[in-house]
Amino acid sequence: MSDILLPSLVDGLLLGFVYGIAAMGLSLIWGVMDVINLSHGPIIALGMFGIYLIFTNTGLNPYLALFVVALAGLLLGMIIYGVAVHRVIDAPHLSTLLATFSVNMIIIGIGTALLTTTPRNIDFTLGSLSVGPITVPWTRVAAAFATMLVTGLLYLFLYVSRPGKYIRAVANNRVAAELMGIPSARILALSFGLGTMLAAIAGGLIATFFPFTILSGGSYELKSFVICVLGGLGNPLGALFGGLILGGLEGLTPAFMPTTWVPVLEFGLFVLILLVRPSGLLGSKS
Amino acid sequence: MILQVQGVSKWFGGLKALSQVTLDLPQGQILGLIGPNGAGKTTLFNVINGVYAPEEGRVIFMGQDVTGKKPYHVAHMGMARTHQIVQPLNELTVRENVMVGACFGRENHNLNEAQQIAEQVLEFVGLGDRADQFAGSLNVAQKKRLELARALASRPKLLLLDEVLAGLNPSEIASMIQTVSAIRDQGVTIIMIEHVMHAVMRVSDRIVVLDYGQQIAEGSPEEVSKNPKVIEAYLGDPKLAERLGRLSHD
Amino acid sequence: MRALRSPGLWLALALTAAAGAWPYFTGSASNREVAFTILLSVALASSLNILLGYTGYVSFGHIVFYGLGGYMGIYLLSERGVSLWLAVLAGGAIAGLLALLLGASILRLRGAYFALATIGVNEAARAFINNFQPFGGPIGMTLNFRLYDHYGGAARALWMVYGVMLGLTLLVILVSYLVKNSKFGLGLLAIRENEDAAEIMGVTAPQAKTWAYVLSAIFPGMIGVLFFFKNGNIEPHDAFRLHLSIEMIVMVMLGGYGTVLGPVLGAAGYQRLRGMLLVSPIFKNIQLAVAGGLLLIIVLFVPAGAVGWLRHRVPVLRKVLE
Ligand SMILES: Nc1ncnc2c1ncn2[C@@H]1O[C@H](COP(=O)(O)OP(=O)(O)OP(=O)(O)O)[C@@H](O)[C@H]1O
Ligand SMILES: [Mg+2]
Repeated sequence: MSDILLPSLVDGLLLGFVYGIAAMGLSLIWGVMDVINLSHGPIIALGMFGIYLIFTNTGLNPYLALFVVALAGLLLGMIIYGVAVHRVIDAPHLSTLLATFSVNMIIIGIGTALLTTTPRNIDFTLGSLSVGPITVPWTRVAAAFATMLVTGLLYLFLYVSRPGKYIRAVANNRVAAELMGIPSARILALSFGLGTMLAAIAGGLIATFFPFTILSGGSYELKSFVICVLGGLGNPLGALFGGLILGGLEGLTPAFMPTTWVPVLEFGLFVLILLVRPSGLLGSKS
Repeated sequence: MILQVQGVSKWFGGLKALSQVTLDLPQGQILGLIGPNGAGKTTLFNVINGVYAPEEGRVIFMGQDVTGKKPYHVAHMGMARTHQIVQPLNELTVRENVMVGACFGRENHNLNEAQQIAEQVLEFVGLGDRADQFAGSLNVAQKKRLELARALASRPKLLLLDEVLAGLNPSEIASMIQTVSAIRDQGVTIIMIEHVMHAVMRVSDRIVVLDYGQQIAEGSPEEVSKNPKVIEAYLGDPKLAERLGRLSHD
Repeated sequence: MRALRSPGLWLALALTAAAGAWPYFTGSASNREVAFTILLSVALASSLNILLGYTGYVSFGHIVFYGLGGYMGIYLLSERGVSLWLAVLAGGAIAGLLALLLGASILRLRGAYFALATIGVNEAARAFINNFQPFGGPIGMTLNFRLYDHYGGAARALWMVYGVMLGLTLLVILVSYLVKNSKFGLGLLAIRENEDAAEIMGVTAPQAKTWAYVLSAIFPGMIGVLFFFKNGNIEPHDAFRLHLSIEMIVMVMLGGYGTVLGPVLGAAGYQRLRGMLLVSPIFKNIQLAVAGGLLLIIVLFVPAGAVGWLRHRVPVLRKVLE
């Protein structure tokens, strides 16, 4: 039993890091401006294609290409904020949900036309790591390390740099932050950009080990919702833990029931947690 | 007694917003509720009409224990209130706003009856010519009247008024005071939170003073305005203290 | 009855009836298919509007009722041999029942939390049906072709289903109007504007919301049965398509949420536009992007939708455009 269980658990946990970084992007945006970004999935997919296009066209190492993708994700997010979100930031939730969903439709529409929906695959491998009964591709391990690195840098940015402190102030109380002279519009745009940057990085990391299409982001978006609710909407570090919980769950369940039941469990849990503890298992905004 | 508040306490996290507040209100009276900013007056309203459940104590309305009951429950029994921060239903017309009060309040009217009541009540509070406007387009003074109209349309037994005079000019204050007295003359019991001292002293039968959630004084307007504790509580606010002093010399 | 003298109601009904009669005049099956899609959208959007537009709760996963109703109906038709009529009623009933249960739980959540929960419910339902063998698991169920013989053969059956769809759509519009102009509806509008204030005025919000949810779920449940009967088979992927859910919201927003006519015009307009984009060689591939762009423009600049905008701008029209 345990020689199936352990490898599958390790597999799940490593994947959980990547889920976590995707969810962190969603959570950051929610925490700062109370917006649920429904264009999250397509941006993850764009991250996948970013790495793919750079790697296949220039042969640049995917982990170096990740820097380019991250920067592009940041810029794209700031543009999306400026065009689609800023005008309705104080409107009822429906407006921001629909505005970000329209961005989703635009990206998927153009993406399908330009990139088709044939699955792509990055022809890149680092070999595998074997420890006892466990064999995992190095790309998965690298993705977990990259996630931890990015999380560390994000927290450093939020707690040490001036814009980072501004972001926390705006998240805490936008009106008060504005009274203190913080340029809230720019800070909101930056936060949105950081959120999409995390999504793009997640996509880029996933692309190093799974095949994908422009539609692949959707399921990670749904998982991000589940994770955010596990970890508390608006709590980025909680999102990382939530990701690990979900990944662990996905790793463990196949030992007890057919894998097709995993989503039933995930979404059932999701609705249940929303009902009993809408602030998330680990509490909301920190 | 139409309302009895017995030893009610309410915490917000570490802040004790109400501490063992007790009061009895006989039918047909106007009770003035005063106290400095943040004393817990609005919170007391919120506990009385079920917005918050108190951690300690009981609220008894018309002989029935309503502690922890939902706001709509006490509304059906005949309690209505206005809000310090106006809460208009913006995208509905002024008439529809008032009809909500008539339809879902104590008397549970159908739409036709509610419409007639709305016309009467709007006339009474002086918003008759605004009935077809969207509530969101009213100015603040008009929105305050709308609050009152909605509450009255439910034909309440007990009416909680939270600073209906705030932001009104002297002539508007005078007319609002007349309106409040007229409501009382129809047999409605009223609790009135007010910072405009001369007004509340004039119309109230009795006054309760809150400070930091504590009930520091209770009595007739005269007694209360001479009470040293009350004057001290208001010393943080010299203007109010001075006004209180002036009132007691009148 | 005030309803009979309302120009707004007659306008909405007449427009729908006229559009619905068009395939009967041309006798063309392809016209009928186009009209079926439009009627289906009108009915779904108008049902959703009861919750979204009148009550102010954003259900992102409303399609769960359509999918579940469809599954229930097809199961009864193909495995239990009941009649289409009974299947349609059962589809509505199971959807209503689910809404009643959900109403007691997730309707306590407000704003975005409710929206997220509805997505969760839809995904959980899809995943569950995927594993539920009586409903065919991931493969779904296919109707035996001979079943159509009870209704005079496939061709006759399709015309009949179309007729039922038209009738159902008119019924939804009537219900939508009656709700909006009732005391119940006034309570819903009050909840939409400010739920706390509504409760303080005596609106029993939990109960009112739940009934609004049930009402807005029953019709999608029935429509699901009709659609999948016409379609001949049902699969989890088709039945619980989140995308269709969001299209419903787009239609309501396009026409104007909270109005009777808005979802009718919004749904018809959206489907016409989509049809046009699909046949145009330039737009065929990016029709989704064009629709997204349109949605963005509406959300940013005309949040009240077409009918809502007109009502605000031209007060005299308020009596006609309900
Ligand atoms: N929902 C809440 N959460 C946390 N604290 C609250 C809440 N409502 C009120 N308070 C706090 O409770 C205390 C009492 O507030 P309350 O609004 O009852 O005062 P008030 O006497 O009505 O004051 P004012 O005259 O300014 O209206 C204040 O310190 C306030 O900050
Ligand atoms: Mg107050």
